[in-house]
Amino acid sequence: MTQALKKEIKKYKVLTGNGAAAYAARLCRPDVVSLYPITPQSEVIEQLENFHANGTLEAEMIRVEGENSAQNAVCAAAMAGARVFTATSSYGLVFMYDAMFQTAGYRAPVVMVNVNREPPGIHAVCSGQQDMIATRDTGWIQLIAESGQEIFDLVIQAYRLAEDEAVQLPVMVNYDGYYLSFLAESIELPEQSEVDRYLAPLKEQPPRPTLVPGSSLGCGAHGLGMGFVELRRKHMAAMARSRQTFEEIDAAFGEEFGRSYGGQIEEYRTEDAEIVLLTSGSAVGTARTVVDAKRAEGVKVGLIKLRMFRPFPIERLSAALQGRKAIGVLDRSLCFGWDCGPIYMEVKALLADIGKVPLLNFIDGLANMDITKPNIERMVNDLQSAAQGEPFNPVAWVTMGE
Amino acid sequence: MAYDYEKSIRPGKLPHIWCPGCGHGIVMKGLIRAMDSCGLEKNNTALVSGIGCASRLPGYVDMCTLHTAHGRAAAFATGVKMAKPEMTVICLGGDGDGTAIGGNHFIHACRRNIDMTYVIMNNFIYGMTGGQFSPCTPTGMKASTTPYGNPDPTFDISKLAIGAGATFVARTTAFHATQIDKLIAEGIKHKGMAVIEVLDDCPTTYGRRNKFRSVVDMMKKLKENAVPVQAASKMTAEQLQGKFLTGVLYKEDKPEYIEQYAKVIAKAQGQAS
Ligand SMILES: Cc1ncc(C[n+]2csc(CCOP(=O)(O)OP(=O)(O)O)c2C)c(N)n1
Ligand code: SF4
Ligand SMILES: [Mg+2]
Repeated sequence: MTQALKKEIKKYKVLTGNGAAAYAARLCRPDVVSLYPITPQSEVIEQLENFHANGTLEAEMIRVEGENSAQNAVCAAAMAGARVFTATSSYGLVFMYDAMFQTAGYRAPVVMVNVNREPPGIHAVCSGQQDMIATRDTGWIQLIAESGQEIFDLVIQAYRLAEDEAVQLPVMVNYDGYYLSFLAESIELPEQSEVDRYLAPLKEQPPRPTLVPGSSLGCGAHGLGMGFVELRRKHMAAMARSRQTFEEIDAAFGEEFGRSYGGQIEEYRTEDAEIVLLTSGSAVGTARTVVDAKRAEGVKVGLIKLRMFRPFPIERLSAALQGRKAIGVLDRSLCFGWDCGPIYMEVKALLADIGKVPLLNFIDGLANMDITKPNIERMVNDLQSAAQGEPFNPVAWVTMGE
Repeated sequence: MAYDYEKSIRPGKLPHIWCPGCGHGIVMKGLIRAMDSCGLEKNNTALVSGIGCASRLPGYVDMCTLHTAHGRAAAFATGVKMAKPEMTVICLGGDGDGTAIGGNHFIHACRRNIDMTYVIMNNFIYGMTGGQFSPCTPTGMKASTTPYGNPDPTFDISKLAIGAGATFVARTTAFHATQIDKLIAEGIKHKGMAVIEVLDDCPTTYGRRNKFRSVVDMMKKLKENAVPVQAASKMTAEQLQGKFLTGVLYKEDKPEYIEQYAKVIAKAQGQAS
């Protein structure tokens, strides 16, 4: 074996999605880490505790008795100027709910991984995006990964986003429990120096206000009346700015590491597509395969992958969806009270910009029900028929045979 | 004749999820015998648990059961008891469920001295999620999150319960099978908050990491280190080193919460009329 080949092989490591998240977090050199175990995230805490114990992660580990404490701990550490990391899932995420508002309200640049799993109510140790959806109005930026490599890359990108001076908001990186958390893939691992270089621009920014001895700073101050309104207005403006920042850091990532993902959304074979399907997470891989097969049959179908759920990619999506003959949204969670899936509901809000078009919702993949190729073929068929003016069912529960 | 456990098991629920050698099954059998000896009826008894291997117990037993969220058993159980004081309420769960994420509910249930029985299965670890350390993992022992030994100090659950105000506190182990039902039965009969800590074994995530050669090895350890409270009074501090006490550790008659609450209601209604 040549030296060059050896070096090339050394760059790769077979890691699960959880492993990828932990390796990426370590490379970002967090100062403070705090997590509580929960299936399917537990491997992340175990891996980081191992790194910490063997000296390769030089962070303070705050060992807690529940997720609420973990979120409060990293929020406070971030306010004190630390780079922080936490990870959770499902019951754990919703147990952080009040603390998540706090972290966002404090504008603490926390980076958190959430391994998507169905939340409480019906015990299901199963994948599903309802946990992430339940926390969408807490003021966090929410990103979604499709593969192990993208989990790895997004965790690194998340620090550039969270700590950017124009943003200063907590960022949640989501990936599907089971499908991605436990699936082992070959991951390209960059050198520490490359990650350091990628994160270096954060050091050039003016220092953010932090808790330091000798300077008094009030956190969690009462924003009564106009104070509250003004802070909320700024928070929302920062959220809005983060769309563009995300595009920029994704492009910069491409320059450094040779991989970029299209920013807020990725369009796949949409150029001349008459019908498009929008989805996110691990289902995108299956959808890609089906789109390729349908294209080979001559069907003009395209795919849109949602990478950023909060803020919602309003402009990019409107542009990508305009002029289609039918649009499908594949949801892996529910929007109670709207009788449909939440991403569908949000796309519906874009109709004023997109124009009148058949908009179909497919609810599939709840509680680890596999989103199979036949299921997606069926969605494409439904879209084709709706595009031809046939009547359609706006909201179909695919696994229920609707 | 062998004791018939099956009459108390929900049809179709076996086999259970527990690993071979797990102590939780021994506790389940003890609980069934205890409920039997107290003459508890299935329509008048609620078994409430959180999440964990231990918390799976109620699912198998043919009683009214609530399988709730991780750590929330005591809060749910309090709700059941307040709404239906005539019901016998028994909480079941692990050391993690009861003293980590659910520690707050646990101590406040003790403080109120509400009439229920909490059987806490302490296997020193988060078994279900793969052996991460819990607040009860002994210092120095290994867990998946403390690969070189646990640096944290440890909770003594029974002391915690006494300190928080529980009025019946007892401890036994999965080895002392016949003591389990006696103590649980005593706890059920006690008016007020009864806590029964059962030191238990998790061979899969704790034993294997901590060089126990077998389940028998773990059981032996529980047997050897258990000192009945009566015997302890005759032992020196040196002899008690590394041991733990078993039996009824604390018992007190104190006003019970539901009764106190009823008095307040009566008073308020009396004043209103
Ligand atoms: C809010 C929340 N956080 C984390 C978990 C994951 N979880 C499930 S069981 C468990 C620990 C169980 O340990 P213990 O109560 O000691 O029971 P054992 O399995 O050891 O019997 C954890 C951390 C969860 N279900 N919910
Ligand atoms: S993991 Fe441990 S606690 Fe859980 S069933 Fe197996 S032996 Fe019992
Ligand atoms: Mg336990």
